[in-house]
Amino acid sequence: MSTALPVYDAGATGGGCTDAPVLRERGQREVFCGLTGIVWLHRKMQDAFFLVVGSRTCAHLLQSAAGVMVFAGPRFATAILQERDLAGMADCNTELDRVVAELLARRPEISTLFLVGSCPSEVIKLDLVTAAERLNRENFPRVRVLSYSGSGIETTFTQGEDQCLKAMVPHLPEAIDGARRLMVVGTLADVIEDQFSRLFAQLGIGPVSYFPARRASALPPVGPGTQLLLAQPFVGETVRALQARGATLLQAPYPLGADGTTRWLAAAAAAWDVPAEHFRRVTEPAQARATTSLQRYRGALDGKRIFFFPDSQLELPLARFLSRECGMQLVEVGTPYLDRLVTVAELALLPEGTMLSEGQDVEKQLARCEAARPDLTVCGLGLANPLEARGLRTKWSIELVFSPIQGYDQAGDLAELFVRPLDRSARLTV
Amino acid sequence: MQLTLWTYEGPPHVGAMRIATSMRDVHYVLHAPQGDTYADLLFTMIERQDKRPPVTYTTFQARDLGGDTANIVTRAVQDAVDRFKPKALLVGESCTAELIQDNPGSLAMGMGLSIPIVPLELPSYSKKENWGAAETFYQLVRTLLLERSKMKEARPSREGRRPRVNLLGGTILGFRCRDDIAEVTKLLASVGVDVHVSAPLGAEPDDLRRLPDADANVCLYPEIALTTCSWLQRTFQMPTITTVPIGVGATRDFIAEVGRVLNIDVSAVLGGEVPGQASLSSSQSRMPWYSRSVDATYLTGKRVYIFGDGTHVVSAARIASEELGFKVVGLGTYSREMAREVKACAEKYGVTALITDDYLDVERTVAELQVELVLGTQMERHIAKRLGVPCAVISTPIHVQDVPARYSPQMGFEGANVIFDAWVHPLMMGLEEHLLQMFREDFEFGDGATPSHLHSVAPVKPEASSSAMAVELTSAVSIPVLAEPASAPELARTATTVAEASGAPVVVEVGAPVWSPDGEKELGKIPFFVRGKARRNTEKYAVAQGIALITTETLYEAKAHYGR
Ligand code: SF4
Ligand code: SF4
Repeated sequence: MSTALPVYDAGATGGGCTDAPVLRERGQREVFCGLTGIVWLHRKMQDAFFLVVGSRTCAHLLQSAAGVMVFAGPRFATAILQERDLAGMADCNTELDRVVAELLARRPEISTLFLVGSCPSEVIKLDLVTAAERLNRENFPRVRVLSYSGSGIETTFTQGEDQCLKAMVPHLPEAIDGARRLMVVGTLADVIEDQFSRLFAQLGIGPVSYFPARRASALPPVGPGTQLLLAQPFVGETVRALQARGATLLQAPYPLGADGTTRWLAAAAAAWDVPAEHFRRVTEPAQARATTSLQRYRGALDGKRIFFFPDSQLELPLARFLSRECGMQLVEVGTPYLDRLVTVAELALLPEGTMLSEGQDVEKQLARCEAARPDLTVCGLGLANPLEARGLRTKWSIELVFSPIQGYDQAGDLAELFVRPLDRSARLTV
Repeated sequence: MQLTLWTYEGPPHVGAMRIATSMRDVHYVLHAPQGDTYADLLFTMIERQDKRPPVTYTTFQARDLGGDTANIVTRAVQDAVDRFKPKALLVGESCTAELIQDNPGSLAMGMGLSIPIVPLELPSYSKKENWGAAETFYQLVRTLLLERSKMKEARPSREGRRPRVNLLGGTILGFRCRDDIAEVTKLLASVGVDVHVSAPLGAEPDDLRRLPDADANVCLYPEIALTTCSWLQRTFQMPTITTVPIGVGATRDFIAEVGRVLNIDVSAVLGGEVPGQASLSSSQSRMPWYSRSVDATYLTGKRVYIFGDGTHVVSAARIASEELGFKVVGLGTYSREMAREVKACAEKYGVTALITDDYLDVERTVAELQVELVLGTQMERHIAKRLGVPCAVISTPIHVQDVPARYSPQMGFEGANVIFDAWVHPLMMGLEEHLLQMFREDFEFGDGATPSHLHSVAPVKPEASSSAMAVELTSAVSIPVLAEPASAPELARTATTVAEASGAPVVVEVGAPVWSPDGEKELGKIPFFVRGKARRNTEKYAVAQGIALITTETLYEAKAHYGR
């Protein structure tokens, strides 16, 4: 193995924010629930359908949170619990069978059906795991029926994807040969997947699979020898489930920014014993391109102060990218929860003394934010306009989840997303 | 369980949020999990409010459930009262909290707070948003008027002052409420009537305490205010003015009703209104004259479909039919509370009312009826977009572009002007339609030709639009979801896969008539905006006549058979 690869070394004591104190808050949270993940998961896995078992609130969240285009036949729906469903359990299961039968008849092309639990279904203890097993027995192999919870009492925003992927893990085929293979975990836009695939191929890293894949029915194999490289910082539970199936986690920061992407690729390269010289030959042109594209925006961001409200779990990697590659100063970095298993490499790269907060007490945090008067605040949709009205510039965190931002060729785009609100306010005279 | 793709209304607690947000000095403590905070963005993004809604969520989690969720409620109530110092507090729960039965309302009542507490019980599993708003408004008014309601007061004396009324029902996230209130206030001023209190929009708790000092209540939006108006009528003998002044005719009726109820002379205003006369001076609204101008002839008999809340649908049907000369080919509502009124209205126009909250029902109906204009909610806008039919939004649920910056009421004489513009604008202009008919082979009039005053892009083929890989944030900013900048052929490929995958019926009926090449070619010469209708009519005709191969002849026979 070449020591020249910029790899996160788990042995060395982290530095950065590895052992930094974290402000833990347990007050009012202003974060979506895990159901929201359906908005991108149903786009990514084009043969999957998501059936939320919940209330009118859940249905309303799904359509308002993302303000989704009203598609003719979206690949998600809500089975809304009615008063009579709440009367008895047996009733609920029959009802569910009826709804599922109706759905599958209408959508013959669906290969995987996710029953998604919500707060109401959890509270009435409607056992969707058993229901999914029963429905799976009836419908497999035509349709695989799985279940997970996206409820707001158990999951925040992006955790829904973690739960969804975790539910698929037991069904991944066994990679019995024990051969070395790479699994990239966490939803990536197709275009980025393709970019990474080209880089992995040039580096001689393979075979590579992506989880989730573009088709839910195309389940990637897992076993001893499977090396996990994480594309998203919210897949901790999935990682644990994959580790239980023999996979090994490659510690790396996330592929945001030029340097971030290099470090991410380097983690895989190290596991594949790619010679440092070869690694440089492959990555240098792309990294140079990324650095050039960042150059254009760096001036606008350098020295500017940024504040993160907890929302998408992307806060840590974004903060690292913005501080290391764009010169921004971190006022506060909030995260809904801190899972060290999947953030240790990021923590190590954050500047020492960064104010980290976990959980939320939104009123107190708003007060901190206003007192600090950052140049830019990353927050959810409910807070953005009110903060703007108090003279603070904001960036919606949800846009960062929905946009292709990973990899070398998106590094500039990512920086631009943060420049835009500043640029806009500089233009406006009204 | 009810399988739901999209919903017209949110849960009832969102209705309660609308009441709280519409007012000043009212706060709402909502026992709900974190995900329910999504509702804030309806206010901050769709309605572009510059403040957060006055709502404190308890955001309890699973780990709290075994323990003391009640404590979380009382802490949230105390914090909210200390921090926001409201003059009245609403306390309620969302669907999940309803199941754990903490009774946050009674908990708050037991805290010995010095402000009025309104415990809300809004059954989430049977009721919806508008009902929740109506119930919340009613409970709030009742609580604040509890003392006065027992006093058996006489009606206020009219001595030495102008008559005055309350305007009830306007809310945030309603349809153009802010401007309607301004317009109706002007209208009332023109007949010498003052607005005493307008609520909930713009009112504070003390204003609600003053409600009985008015001479009558104007029930502007029955969905929200009818319960309250009826209670005020029963309890304080306050008469209710029920005509909703949307449209020229309804506005005239409204003024007449104001005159009757308040026993005042309104002839100064009504005298200037001359129904049936074609001239600019026959009304305070330009709409009657515009509608009679020869330019509007092409509007005659346009087939419209109307769907929305009860109030706006009933009003729209009258305008469409009597004031613009359209043909109402169908109507319906998602407000079950208004089903009776809407059914009666449908009967008047000889159609059956569709009472549903399943938007697929609406889509199917619109497609079947071969509609030329849809008047609906933002859901119908999508339906219309897919079917390539023009559409104007007339009712909630709304999207960000239905909250315009400019003054655009629906009510009163100015409202009628706004409606004329909004409904006629999406249509092809009169002479332009003829030109397209005559020179349909002009290459510039190709399939993509849109009305020339609409600089929008060509209508997207239905398959393509349903596959558009865009998620739209509520601010109408499109963000590609995991989309790559695909080239056109790639897009087309995705489009077909998705269309196939989406289960869109690829109906190949056995024995269905087939188009001959010449028939198909002739069909292609028909302007795109009527082509779908021509195709459907011809096929229907062929089936009826037992014709297996559709030729140019068949096309024209069908045309002769059905007329335009
Ligand atoms: S927080 Fe719970 S009840 Fe609310 S939308 Fe999410 S899953 Fe549904
Ligand atoms: S594109 Fe967006 S704003 Fe426009 S109608 Fe659709 S959801 Fe509403």
